[in-house]
Amino acid sequence: MAKIKMSKKSTSIDMTAMCDVAFLLLTFFILTATAKVPEPLPVDTPNSTVQTKLPETGLVMITVGKSDGKDQVFFGMKDRAVRSGALDYMAQKYKVQFTDQQKAQFALVEEFGVPMGALPALLDLKGADRAKKGVQSGIPLDSLDNQLQDWIQYARKANIDNGGTKELEFAIKGDAKELYPQIKKVMDILQDQKINNFNLVTGLRGKDYQ
Amino acid sequence: MAELNTDDGGGKKGGGKVRSKKSNAKVDLTAMVDLAFLLITFFMLTTSLSKPQSMDLGLPDKDDDPTKNKEVKTDQRRTMTIILGKDNKIKWFHGLQNEPEPGGSPTNAVYGKNGIRKEILKRVASVPQVTGDPKKGLIVIIKPTQKSNYRNLVDILDEMAICNVPTYAIVNDFSDDEKKLAEEMNK
Repeated sequence: MAKIKMSKKSTSIDMTAMCDVAFLLLTFFILTATAKVPEPLPVDTPNSTVQTKLPETGLVMITVGKSDGKDQVFFGMKDRAVRSGALDYMAQKYKVQFTDQQKAQFALVEEFGVPMGALPALLDLKGADRAKKGVQSGIPLDSLDNQLQDWIQYARKANIDNGGTKELEFAIKGDAKELYPQIKKVMDILQDQKINNFNLVTGLRGKDYQ
Repeated sequence: MAELNTDDGGGKKGGGKVRSKKSNAKVDLTAMVDLAFLLITFFMLTTSLSKPQSMDLGLPDKDDDPTKNKEVKTDQRRTMTIILGKDNKIKWFHGLQNEPEPGGSPTNAVYGKNGIRKEILKRVASVPQVTGDPKKGLIVIIKPTQKSNYRNLVDILDEMAICNVPTYAIVNDFSDDEKKLAEEMNK
């Protein structure tokens, strides 16, 4: 008698708890995931075996790449407070007027690459239009009109104004095919301001690459 | 798989009122769990993989004042110079260009495991023995020419990290002989 009952036992297990856990984790990961913003200057970074993650805050990213055969440099600040502070300083120096709406827009811009004169017009554009090809022409960095240097300087200043105890960190995100002189130019601008330590953004690869 | 009603409902064949079936409250959750875990995997991987990797680079202080620039003399037995040229070419020599160390005359090489890495590893091991002081290890001088690209620079810095080269520097000044060598490479 007992044997017959045994054979009738169902093979399915209660999955309720497992399902609960799975969805809890799922919710967590969805909420922590950040939507990827389209990059105005897409670059193909070289790979390295070093595994250091970039900091999430207190970082300034300088993107060096090519668009339509022209070398371009883009500038991006991770912290919103630093963005607003740096913009105020730049507006003062280059005597460019921004409306409050444009200033609010700028605090949301991850990365940009236009000379100061063209910045108000860029901020009036819709977010999706800014990332279009040919809209942004890069930040001037030659010796006569070195706006990149000013952005770096004012970003650091804004970081201190905000009570930042840590120095702003800088990262260079260069295209793998970019020629060395262009990268060196950016490094020199950083070094001119006594920033001797910075990060190079790379992809990941194994040690046995050819 | 679906297990909504597993009780064998046909217990009573005769007339009599059929009792409202005790419907099984258990729903098969297998498919749902499958989906949930699939999505978890996706989100986990995308969040951790999307963070870009980075490579630390520390450069020496730059001083434009030439009077402050001291000539630093280094033991030529310790220095290995690597010149990066165009089209992923490398030329390296150990010691001085004109009077190289044994086996270290200017040579072409390629990037990667079977190329320059072998030479660097060999010298990382041999230099402390030659100098007789474990603290006086190899010094690699990286000289990127105007025609080299960013990938080359990152590749060679990566080699420094892989081979644990104790000291390395990126130098932009070329001596006359090195200039000739570089021009030859970039032809």
